[in-house]
Amino acid sequence: MAYENLKVVGTRPIRPDGVDKVTGRAQFGADMTMPGQLVGKMKRSPHAHARILRIDATKALALPGVKAVVTAADFPDIPDEMAFVGEGPMNFRDLSCNCMARDKALYEGHAVAAVAATTAAIADEAVALIDIAYEVLPHVIDVEAAMAEDAPLLHPRMITQGVQPAPTKPSNIAKKMVFALGDIAQGFKDAEVIVQRKYTTKPVHQAYIEPHACIAAASSDGQAQIFSSSQGQFMIRAYVAKLLGIDISNIRVTPAEIGGGFGGKTLVYLEPVALALSKKCGRPVKMVMSREEVFKASGPTSGGAVEVKIGAKKDGTITAAEATLKYQAGAFAGSPVGPGCMAAFAMYDLKNVTITGYDVVSNRPKVAAYRAPGAPISTFGVESCIDELARKIGMDPIAFRAKNAAKNGTKAAYGPTFKDIGYVETLEAARKHPHYQQPLGKNQGRGVASGFWFNIGGESSAAVHINEDGTAVVVEGCPDIGGSRASMAMMAAEVLGLPIERVRPVIADTSSVGYSFLTGGSRVTFATGMAVTQAAEQAVVELRKRAAVTWDIPVDDIAWADGKAHPIGASAGKFPPLSLGEIALKSARTGGPIGGKAQINAQGAAPGYGTHVCDVEVDLETGHVTILRYTAVQDVGRAIHPSYVEGQIQGGVAQGIGWALNEEYIYDKDGRLENAGFLDYRVPVCSDLPMIEAVVVEVPNPRHPFGVKGVGEVPIVPPMAAVANAIYDAIGVRMPDLPISPPRLRAAIDRRAEAAE
Amino acid sequence: MPHLTYAAPATVEDAVRALAGATGVAKPLSGGTDLLVQLRTGRAQPDLIVDTKRIPGMMGVREENGAFVIGAATPSALLGEHPGLKKAWPGLVEAAKLIGSTQIQARATLAGNLCNASPAADSVPAMIVARVTCVIAGPGGRREVPVETICTGPGKTSLARGEIIVAFKLPPRPKHSGDAYLRFIPRTEMDIAVVGCGVNLTLDAGGVCSDARVALGAVAPTAVLVPEGAKALVGRKLDDAALKALDAAARQACKPIDDKRGTVDYRIKVAGVLARRAATIAFARAEAAR
Amino acid sequence: MSQHHVSATVNGEPVEFLCEPQETLLDVLRDRLNLTGSKEGCGSGDCGACSVVVDGRLMCSCLMLGAEAEGRAIETIESLAQGDRLHPLQQRFLEHAALQCGFCTPGFLVAAKALLDRNPNPTESEARYWLAGNLCRCTGYDKIIRAVMDAAADLRK
Repeated sequence: MAYENLKVVGTRPIRPDGVDKVTGRAQFGADMTMPGQLVGKMKRSPHAHARILRIDATKALALPGVKAVVTAADFPDIPDEMAFVGEGPMNFRDLSCNCMARDKALYEGHAVAAVAATTAAIADEAVALIDIAYEVLPHVIDVEAAMAEDAPLLHPRMITQGVQPAPTKPSNIAKKMVFALGDIAQGFKDAEVIVQRKYTTKPVHQAYIEPHACIAAASSDGQAQIFSSSQGQFMIRAYVAKLLGIDISNIRVTPAEIGGGFGGKTLVYLEPVALALSKKCGRPVKMVMSREEVFKASGPTSGGAVEVKIGAKKDGTITAAEATLKYQAGAFAGSPVGPGCMAAFAMYDLKNVTITGYDVVSNRPKVAAYRAPGAPISTFGVESCIDELARKIGMDPIAFRAKNAAKNGTKAAYGPTFKDIGYVETLEAARKHPHYQQPLGKNQGRGVASGFWFNIGGESSAAVHINEDGTAVVVEGCPDIGGSRASMAMMAAEVLGLPIERVRPVIADTSSVGYSFLTGGSRVTFATGMAVTQAAEQAVVELRKRAAVTWDIPVDDIAWADGKAHPIGASAGKFPPLSLGEIALKSARTGGPIGGKAQINAQGAAPGYGTHVCDVEVDLETGHVTILRYTAVQDVGRAIHPSYVEGQIQGGVAQGIGWALNEEYIYDKDGRLENAGFLDYRVPVCSDLPMIEAVVVEVPNPRHPFGVKGVGEVPIVPPMAAVANAIYDAIGVRMPDLPISPPRLRAAIDRRAEAAE
Repeated sequence: MPHLTYAAPATVEDAVRALAGATGVAKPLSGGTDLLVQLRTGRAQPDLIVDTKRIPGMMGVREENGAFVIGAATPSALLGEHPGLKKAWPGLVEAAKLIGSTQIQARATLAGNLCNASPAADSVPAMIVARVTCVIAGPGGRREVPVETICTGPGKTSLARGEIIVAFKLPPRPKHSGDAYLRFIPRTEMDIAVVGCGVNLTLDAGGVCSDARVALGAVAPTAVLVPEGAKALVGRKLDDAALKALDAAARQACKPIDDKRGTVDYRIKVAGVLARRAATIAFARAEAAR
Repeated sequence: MSQHHVSATVNGEPVEFLCEPQETLLDVLRDRLNLTGSKEGCGSGDCGACSVVVDGRLMCSCLMLGAEAEGRAIETIESLAQGDRLHPLQQRFLEHAALQCGFCTPGFLVAAKALLDRNPNPTESEARYWLAGNLCRCTGYDKIIRAVMDAAADLRK
């Protein structure tokens, strides 16, 4: 059912949780307390790679105030089992070992033991008293170093999957994958211009401002309560159940408000450990990561090496495209190299394309999803290469992209044929935007880049309850990271015909709403919105039935509009309309409580595209880059709440700019992180950025009742190339290695000057 | 931190006595923007913290006969609010006001910035070129020394056990003088200086430089005075040749390291860049004062 | 370990609390006084999520010991609204959608109020530099700055 003449969707109401958030009342993960709670702290490996020989907790346990100590011995030794985690695959045994190291510490910061004590100071002291004997092993961090013949081996039984015949020797290469279409050898033969280059990126962190936090409380009858800040309470429930061997029905997870996630909170780190501690001592245990722990021991994303080769005819038609991607997975297999491969050329209609990907383990934290996982890295390479190719041919960067753009009917290298996509529309909007015509000054330049993300659907459950006074409650199960609960209420209000203030959303715990897949993959407005819409539609069916009973006419003679039942057809004009409130008041007499419910596996998600234009100014003497102006155009299908759609775009752009210019993990020679804090892990600050103009294009997705396409992930995909291309435009220096920090840019400027002499 | 004690004495003598007489490690606390971070990471593990902020005279800026006296525990924000100080020593004030964010500014002090002895401390090159002296109180009484004698290496000072700085003194300002401090950071705020440069100079009636001091931060274990840089400026106006010589002198004076903030090569080059730019500003300020 | 007894004023009310020497003001506000609106984002003064005003000056509560609060007047996010009347900054943040996850929001509001108390007519650049000590990872700062500028105009009326 398509909705038109929208009254609520597309407006900008105040979000329902807004007052709590601006007054400090909202409860985030660390804000909750439970009576009798203890403080839990982790003991973490100081070594990047080491065998754990012995753990002796005697002195720690003897310290007054210490109530429990856990190690891997307190966790079931579960077998290998694959699961789908957000947008990447994960092995449950790996997840367990990541939460608590078994036999080996695989990165600096890897949890090796944990303590619960009455105060933080005592817990810290106890952690220091746990005696661990390590056998330090050689470590490897860089992805290509980890792939080398003689690299230190993390997992002695790791044989590369996806290679035929299978290798006989183990290595750090967990998997190789290939996506191919057509014949690239022929395609390159047909090319008249070819550009080939290697690009590298350093690992970065999602850098949400709220550190991971939870409270876990076990009772002696085997039940457990968890209060946690995460991107999915059902995910927490499922993983804790699996890791600790508990029935799912015995765990109730209540979602806290979440202070940012971007994919980094789609896994468990603290919850299984806190619950294990709680089980041991019978008291609730609260665990909160420090910022240092977040950087060292949560799930930053991969660093990567991306080799790109693209060939085209002189008229700009791409004849062949090839890319090889090597991504760090961290300590356990499962980098986003797959999506990185699939997204890499998805902006273009290509007949001949081959993309090869390698998933490589190395001694750093296991990577977790980071907003369009894998795509920013591969797209940085591809869009930089496209820029170089367009210049070589002498075509405008937008015109070059438009000539080769993916359209409805384009077959992607990874399989599907695109339909209802809006890439060309974003190119056109960017080209027409006044930004694109603005004159530039000395050492200033303009860069263009595009990006793609799949967006997913998946399982969501929702319920809509009509209250006795004619207001409504929407119950859903997806944590609200960016304002999504407002959109849920808006869609329900639209269907019910109620003003937005009379529809209140609730994000319920795992026992109070049906299963929902986590908040990620740009899925909530699409999939949970679909479930909410269907639940509201069911409620409307029920409301019409009650009007039918009240008027004693067939239900087919009743239409629902503007929040009222209207008699139509043979009964037209016979009764004044009945409002939702009037029907609700009499619900007990007409059949009982009124509501609707939907539990779906939402299909039909449509991919999103963005085209970004970035202006920079370069200080040639210091290598400092100033972002002068930024315009991000994106096809979102339909903007339910335009302010929050714009916000997603602006936020993704800011993260991409940070990734391009200054963010990186800096390791010392022992594999220890040198910049585990916000002082030297440099995210953009307020004064670093100009206003970011978000231009919303709407090419509706016909498979969603309101036309929604996911919006949250596309915005982070283009900025790195947009910035690098702008720097080239400004001063003629290509920067294929990220981040483009001032020392690196100055060095590149100097090398270019020396080469010219 | 099982044995930490906090004390907030009301007099300098009490503070000195507490620091000198402590059985373990004792640290003074003014703004806390370095100490509290170090307490948290375990880098500092004192047994006693002595808060100096309750001691009268430790906070505030006083002007006496054209010379300024700054209480050691005065937060940077206050320095920026003193019109006389800002007018006479804009470079020193801007150096102090570059330390951290607005929030840090409400707490960070010259004493803390100096005695934490980071090679990259922003206020130090500016204080050195301004010829700041430190009034120190200790078990042996009071003494006054040039600020450049305090830092002896990264994290190390020449202060003896029990000694604290109680005040910073700025000499009277000659006519037609100007100072400036610039630093390079990768973002626009919040970073530790990759290179810092302070320049202080005086012009004669004809607009020729009669006195100059140049100092660099973050390019050596401590901030360094660059005498060759001063020589490049004295006796001339700020022409291209002077700037070129200054640039070269600044580069020569660097003994930097590669670290997570910059490379050796980069620091050397940028030292020259900042010296030129800071000198240009200082010159313009001195000109405007003519 | 002996605890300090501290008397201070918090959000206009006299309070007394005990705290250990190493506890920060942020620890005290959150764990002793149940004022959880101020957040810990980093513990090192780099993110501003713990911003409070002490004796009229904006500072990070994670960089101040609880014991230092003796005799001081502390204002937190919890005092920004007057009863159920939101401050114009809070109202404008909501209207402009200047928050997404909302975790940095209390810090930004306290910092922005301190800005406008001192400089009722800031330029965009002045606002950005004043707020550079407050990190936001969700919004890219655009809507935050627009909200602050609009609230400044509201307050000037």
